[in-house]
Amino acid sequence: MVNHEAHEAAADERVMFGFWVYLMTDLLLFSVLFASYSVLHGNTVGGPTGRDLFTLPLALQETILLLTSSFTCGLGLLAARSNKKWQTLICFGITFILGALFLSLEMKEFTEFIHSGQTLQTNAFLSSFFVLVGTHGLHITSGLLWMGVTMGYILKRGLNKALVRKLALLSLFWHFLDIVWIFIFTIVYLGAFA
Amino acid sequence: MKEFFLGRLTQDSLPHDWVTVGGTGTFIAMFLFAALILTRTKRWKWLWNDWLTSVDPKKIGIMYFLTAAFMLIRGGIDVILMWVQQALSSGSSHGILSADHYQQIFTAHGNIMVFFVAMGFIFGLINYIVPLQIGARDLASPLLNTLGFWLYIGGVVMVNMFFVLGGQYAATGWLAVAPLSGIAFSPGTGVDYWIWSLQISGIGTTLGAINFIMTILKMRAPGMTIWKMPLFTWGSLFSMLMAVAVFPLLTATLFLQFFDRYFGAHFFTALGGGDPMMYTNLIWMWGHPEVYILMLPAFGIFSEVVATFSRKPIASYTANVLGMAGVSALALSVWLHHFFTMGASADVNAFFGLITLVIAIPTAVLFFTWIATMHRGLIRFDTPMLWFLGFVTIFTIGGVSGLILAFPPADFQLHNSLFLVAHFHSNVIGGVLFGIFAGISYWFPKFTGFRLNERIGRNAFWCWIIGFCLSFVPMYILGIMGATRRLDHYDAQTGYQPFFILMLIGGLVIAVGVGLQIIQIVASIIQKGNLRDATGDPWNGRTLEWATASPPAFYNFTVIPHVITRDAFLDMKRLGLPEPHYEDITMPKNTAVGIYIAALAFLVGFAFVWHINWLAVVAMIGIIIVFVIRAFNEDSEYVVTAEEVKSIEEARIAATAAITKKSGAMSEQEDMSVREFVIYVYDFAIDIIRNKKWKSW
Repeated sequence: MVNHEAHEAAADERVMFGFWVYLMTDLLLFSVLFASYSVLHGNTVGGPTGRDLFTLPLALQETILLLTSSFTCGLGLLAARSNKKWQTLICFGITFILGALFLSLEMKEFTEFIHSGQTLQTNAFLSSFFVLVGTHGLHITSGLLWMGVTMGYILKRGLNKALVRKLALLSLFWHFLDIVWIFIFTIVYLGAFA
Repeated sequence: MKEFFLGRLTQDSLPHDWVTVGGTGTFIAMFLFAALILTRTKRWKWLWNDWLTSVDPKKIGIMYFLTAAFMLIRGGIDVILMWVQQALSSGSSHGILSADHYQQIFTAHGNIMVFFVAMGFIFGLINYIVPLQIGARDLASPLLNTLGFWLYIGGVVMVNMFFVLGGQYAATGWLAVAPLSGIAFSPGTGVDYWIWSLQISGIGTTLGAINFIMTILKMRAPGMTIWKMPLFTWGSLFSMLMAVAVFPLLTATLFLQFFDRYFGAHFFTALGGGDPMMYTNLIWMWGHPEVYILMLPAFGIFSEVVATFSRKPIASYTANVLGMAGVSALALSVWLHHFFTMGASADVNAFFGLITLVIAIPTAVLFFTWIATMHRGLIRFDTPMLWFLGFVTIFTIGGVSGLILAFPPADFQLHNSLFLVAHFHSNVIGGVLFGIFAGISYWFPKFTGFRLNERIGRNAFWCWIIGFCLSFVPMYILGIMGATRRLDHYDAQTGYQPFFILMLIGGLVIAVGVGLQIIQIVASIIQKGNLRDATGDPWNGRTLEWATASPPAFYNFTVIPHVITRDAFLDMKRLGLPEPHYEDITMPKNTAVGIYIAALAFLVGFAFVWHINWLAVVAMIGIIIVFVIRAFNEDSEYVVTAEEVKSIEEARIAATAAITKKSGAMSEQEDMSVREFVIYVYDFAIDIIRNKKWKSW
């Protein structure tokens, strides 16, 4: 039995390490998108530039939402580690809502651009903008899905070791997306007004 | 309505060329034949339970080998077609292929050989050997491994899909550089097949690489510090580290190109402000390290082979590891030498040219460690060692021609010429492929329990070497004469034709070599009683993989060994093997999740190739569902009890004893020659026909 627990602990450590490696590969994927945005953001072919399109207050709201959600996500993990089921669920519930609000603001921004005729097909600047920010949004969506399903299982099965491990990975993922967003906020939004 | 359900897939897109119809027919016939055999022998269940859903890295390794070997022949047929075309198509003659068809063939050749042959074999070897070498029972994540394998299979099917279902393959060259690969210049399905075949298998590679990094860094046997790891494991580790560093770039680049083609984005189309040169940069940032990802495990194989067959420890292990580290680090920063002619400033070109030249230093360190290992060694010239010596010769020629190309002024002359093609084939064939052959002949006894036929192996080796020189020396000369690559027709006055004919002859000699390799395997199976490896250690090996039975039990080691020095198994032989005792072993359960996800990923790619949007959405949702179900399945392992292990081990020991007794009674038979093989097959066939043996089937 001791042997079995050691086996479990070693497996946990491996999964955590592997997930870090995965996050680095994901970061490289984003780095390509950042690089293409940096190369292409001036190529508007006569269309509006970032300065004309972006509204900083909106981007700031998104940033505050996401940073706060990272904080509540951290609280949730602490609660899960001290085996407090309802505290965990409440913290991750708040994280989920904040994430969803972030996503809705992003959707709102995208729809406004598209309605005013500024789409992926307009020019290279907008192609790289939509794909960079959209890929981040897609990651947030999958994070929300992961969070929702995990919370469902916590309700059903209670907090067990496997689920706490999933929450630990999820919070790594969530903080990672936060860091990527900080770069998006700086390079894309603040950069446009620099 | 029809367009909604089938997208652009219409009757017109079904195959109607004789080539594609032939291809379709062959594929369907092969599939039906396999299905017939499986049904007759009632083996569908066996195939599914014992192989397809297996998470055993040894079985996955074998499946990689079989697929890669099949694709090697597929890609080899492409070469012969290309060389026949080039040998004939001079002056008024236009050869056997249309220009467009020729372009598709050289594109497919490059993709298949790099992604599905070399990567397949290398991943197969890493799968089989690395866990054994580090004393592990399985991989860090068995699920990621089977998923990676099946995504590779998804890529294989996708790259051959145009044969079965029609449409064209990309006619763009193996990296499909923009803007040629954009929708304006390549409107057909070709580039889409290319994108999705690479995308699916590339994601599989990233997942596999993460898994092997976890395994090598976290699952080594107790006592095996990182500086005691076998060199093949080191090479694999460097290779996998490079893979996680660059495969995400490929994934991202392919997605951007997909967005350009499918959604009309403007990343690489100059018209909307995109930058085609950005594509070239991005794809080579991945593409150059990619060949080193293939090369480093091969370096590791050669280190194992040269130490074993010189009966000496590797000379300067540390220098060897640092050499590999240097090659890996530098390989990440030389991509620009693929396009010195882009128009970057002289300073930029000089920088990348210099870095490229510097790679020769760690590579030379590696070569000197091998040569120093042979120095005063008791060298055995078995086939793995022959492949090593062939590698030393040909890889050096390739390396030196690479140094010539590294000088930007020389490169301006030789860029896109056949000199370049000859250069990288010297490295990829002489390095990677010979490394794979050395590895397979070295570890073959471990895979199957019997070694390969040496005589026919030597014949095959010489065919490869002679054939290689006959085809690639003329290719170097042609390059210097000014022949460009991807040439489907040339003027008679150029004087190219004799060289092209020589190349074709060389290609046919290589084809004979491949034929001999197939015969070698069949002949070895015929004589397997005689070639049996009862000890598990046919070459007097030094590393842990030889401490297991041949082939190893599914749990690899009954007792996880404790490692003291680098030559862990040599120590065990000197100090006496540990007393076997049996313990409970936790093993992963088989799973079909890899197959399901890969099949759905294939459907996503297929749907995007033919613009069937609903299918893409449905398949993506399917992937998410399968993933969620699996992620929350907490019952993925089972325990093999000590008693079960004991009975498996005792049965094996008894079987080995029986074989040793039997083969001891048999007279020592020599390995059969090609002539003896032909006579054997002839007698066998005559026997079947005369005695009407097929009736009993």
